[in-house]
Amino acid sequence: MPRVVVDVMPKPEILDPQGKAVLGALPRLGFTGVTEVRQGKRFELEIPEITDDALAQIEKLAETFLANTVIENYVVRVEEPAK
Amino acid sequence: MKIGVITFPGTLDDVDAQRAVRVGGNEAVALWHGDHDLQGVDAVILPGGFSYGDYLRCGAISRFAPIMTEVIEGAQKGLPVLGICNGFQMLVESHLLPGGLLRNDHLKFICRDQKLRIENTSTAWTSAFTKDQEIVVPLKNGEGQYVADADTIKRLEDEGRVVARYLDVNPNGSVNDIAGITNEAGNVVGLMPHPEHAVETLTGSGTDGLGFFTSLVEKTFA
Repeated sequence: MPRVVVDVMPKPEILDPQGKAVLGALPRLGFTGVTEVRQGKRFELEIPEITDDALAQIEKLAETFLANTVIENYVVRVEEPAK
Repeated sequence: MKIGVITFPGTLDDVDAQRAVRVGGNEAVALWHGDHDLQGVDAVILPGGFSYGDYLRCGAISRFAPIMTEVIEGAQKGLPVLGICNGFQMLVESHLLPGGLLRNDHLKFICRDQKLRIENTSTAWTSAFTKDQEIVVPLKNGEGQYVADADTIKRLEDEGRVVARYLDVNPNGSVNDIAGITNEAGNVVGLMPHPEHAVETLTGSGTDGLGFFTSLVEKTFA
């Protein structure tokens, strides 16, 4: 079944406390060299067929429901099926 | 006056809010999220809790509950709506109030008696207070950090739409210590602290929260 992925990330200018906490934990765990962590969400939506209409609908649900565009950005993309 | 208190799946503070409404001298009407019916109430309270387990974003799923169609429509026509904590989150998700609420900057759930200053006493819910009155009410949240873009913050400040501001400590990293805001018309108010838990001396931090539940009457008969 074709899959559409919606990635939702906090806007760059919005403080991301969760990402900051993850970043803060890295040196304690011995991982060095990471300078920034942002935490977001990934939604995987399965639809019977990729059509313009289906993608337009997903675009709309991403904008109105999956993301709050006051504080978050989102990207919709079709995931290529694994070979 | 009849004040409706809406219960969503995962709401916690509906019964306290109903009680606060009655202590404030009004009639409390229990409303159900799944109905398309405000039962003719004069005002609506969206109470605190963890509706839908805070899944997706706090308030994001409740915002699309059937009854919210009527709440949003009513609010746009002047129906007084008060959102407390999770209710505030629903109001920003509904875009009835600007900005958003993020995880507390220190990432911990906070529960404390919080000092606030009531800066706007011309809203439907705060007219019983005197301007800049300082009150103490409980605050309990994990995602109470109020944020908005710089233009929105400037507009809120310039138009006096910051209803309540945190004093002494900023408990969650909110911009400009903002604890509560109102819309342009002053009928919709959202705040993170819980005035409904401070309406009787027997429990809670005192009775400082009562003004939120007596204001409607004062405004009507003023």
